[in-house]
Amino acid sequence: MSDRLDVRKTYKLLINGAFPRSESGRSYEVTSAKGSFLANVAQGSRKDVRDAVTAARGAQSKWWNATAYNRGQVLYRLAEMAESRRDELAQHVALADGVNARTSQKTVSASIDRMVWYAGWTDKIAQVLGGTNPVAGPFFNFSIPVPSGVVGVISVQESSLLGFVDAVLAPICAGNTVVALASEARPTPAVLLGEMTASSDFPAGVLNIVTGFTGELAPVLAAHEDVDGIDLAGAALETVDELAALGAGSIKRVYRPLGKEDDPSIRRVRAFVETSTVWHTIGQ
Amino acid sequence: MAARSVASVDKVSTTPLRLVTPEDRDVQIAATVAVPRIESEAQLKALLTSLSGVDAVGAEARAAKLSTRSIKKSTKLAAIEMAISMVDLTTLEGADTPGRVTSLCTKAMRPDPRDLTVPSVAAVCVYPDLVAHARSVLGASPVAVASVATAFPSGRASLDVKLMDVREAVRAGADEIDMVIDRGAFLSGRIGQVFDEVVAVKEACGDAHLKVILETGELVTYDNVRRASWVAMLGGADFIKTSTGKVTVNATLPVALVMLEAVRDFAETAGRTVGVKVAGGIRTSKDAIRYLVVVNETVGSTWLTPTHFRFGASSLLNDLLMQRLKQQRGAYVRADEFSGD
Repeated sequence: MSDRLDVRKTYKLLINGAFPRSESGRSYEVTSAKGSFLANVAQGSRKDVRDAVTAARGAQSKWWNATAYNRGQVLYRLAEMAESRRDELAQHVALADGVNARTSQKTVSASIDRMVWYAGWTDKIAQVLGGTNPVAGPFFNFSIPVPSGVVGVISVQESSLLGFVDAVLAPICAGNTVVALASEARPTPAVLLGEMTASSDFPAGVLNIVTGFTGELAPVLAAHEDVDGIDLAGAALETVDELAALGAGSIKRVYRPLGKEDDPSIRRVRAFVETSTVWHTIGQ
Repeated sequence: MAARSVASVDKVSTTPLRLVTPEDRDVQIAATVAVPRIESEAQLKALLTSLSGVDAVGAEARAAKLSTRSIKKSTKLAAIEMAISMVDLTTLEGADTPGRVTSLCTKAMRPDPRDLTVPSVAAVCVYPDLVAHARSVLGASPVAVASVATAFPSGRASLDVKLMDVREAVRAGADEIDMVIDRGAFLSGRIGQVFDEVVAVKEACGDAHLKVILETGELVTYDNVRRASWVAMLGGADFIKTSTGKVTVNATLPVALVMLEAVRDFAETAGRTVGVKVAGGIRTSKDAIRYLVVVNETVGSTWLTPTHFRFGASSLLNDLLMQRLKQQRGAYVRADEFSGD
């Protein structure tokens, strides 16, 4: 029998490229789907959300001003990192979602494929969502999709990994920065993914993850006036209208998922881009 | 002191322990002047030597302790508004233009154009050549015009040049002059020279208030900060100010604490209250409120007015306005709700 001490992992927040505990000092217990103890996870507070939004705002223009090609490389790098830690991810997905090893491996594969899918989208969004418009006059007229800015994501509660990947990478690939509330009961795969971004050239602040109680944090995120869009996928059904109203208070884009969204779709990307129209004289 | 006998323990008063109240902290301003008139450098040095040394660890620990005070809700709102009224809205850039000063002055008079209940700031602080312009924009508003002078920020010019600088700023309409001390002279022991300069500048100021910048980031030790504070106050300063904002080390809480203690001691012996201005690196409401706590706990509420305490800052004002709005709306607000400067 080994007399080594256990090295237990502390699951922390991801804010501005750093892994702090909650400023409130709180943590909560997360159990596996079968009810056994899994981890103590930081229980984020209102002020953690505030700090995360500040970080996301600070990172946004740099992320958008990076080339689409570069953003794609960074997202692809995340897929590489996830691939090399896939067993760890699968183990967490199995425990969190209460599925067998085979299913969890399939979920991890699907999640990694989804990362590659979004990596591919970065330099194609403009072609698909943008265009040239015919105008009467000696001008070119372009519609160019631009990111909303800072997007708050209330990650879907039941799909601890794939749902999270979808919700955060869709806005990120379009040039937004994200503050994500991880699934309340199953946060560990999201935290792992956050750790992987630290080794995939993600600029600090592009993805910020706050773990904690969705009911406590979602209204803060929805009401925060410096958040430009909010994805309500993981909000409890009875709170969706209320959160949407809070978002409307500061004219946010609000995305309400259409039931179960397992297939990849550009709908999520389109949810947080806006169209900028540019005129340019012909022949100049 | 005689050792207490064990028996006396039984006789301990049953009246409840009296906690320190704001009244206790209020400085007793001396009715009679117990500080001699400075007539020679030797006398000045003797007075400075008689000052007790600063307990550096103690000052830092006390500042750290006070900065953990939690100020919430209506108290926070009151503190934020108080801090707004204490701001010297500053622009000291080589690239300053009359246009920039105009927008600064407009903002100083009405920090939040949508809300008339927001107080105006205490002053705008500009370079001497822009004083006349600032004065014309501010007109009859209560916002004062402060000007840095005396070869700001280094203070490396002859006394004549410095005095000319001051007189020009005063003539152009400055209500307050922020002078810098000659740190080179101070650090090499020519204390008399520093003192004489303060006296001469005070005289050149006429009716204008004099703020003396110690540039504490260059003074190395807290003992030096305390001594420099005394030199400035003895020389006639109306305010002592921490920093120019142009060196790497700006205002810190322990330095403010040491200066406030010097101000308190001066008031208790010389019978004159001198203000304190902290400047440089104060960007958030949280920082500002920490300073207000230290002021309240060191010299009491007499100093909690714009006549006795100031913040030299530019970006601080926007954060104060943002936090004020956040208190009112209950949601975090966008940084671009308010004009940049």
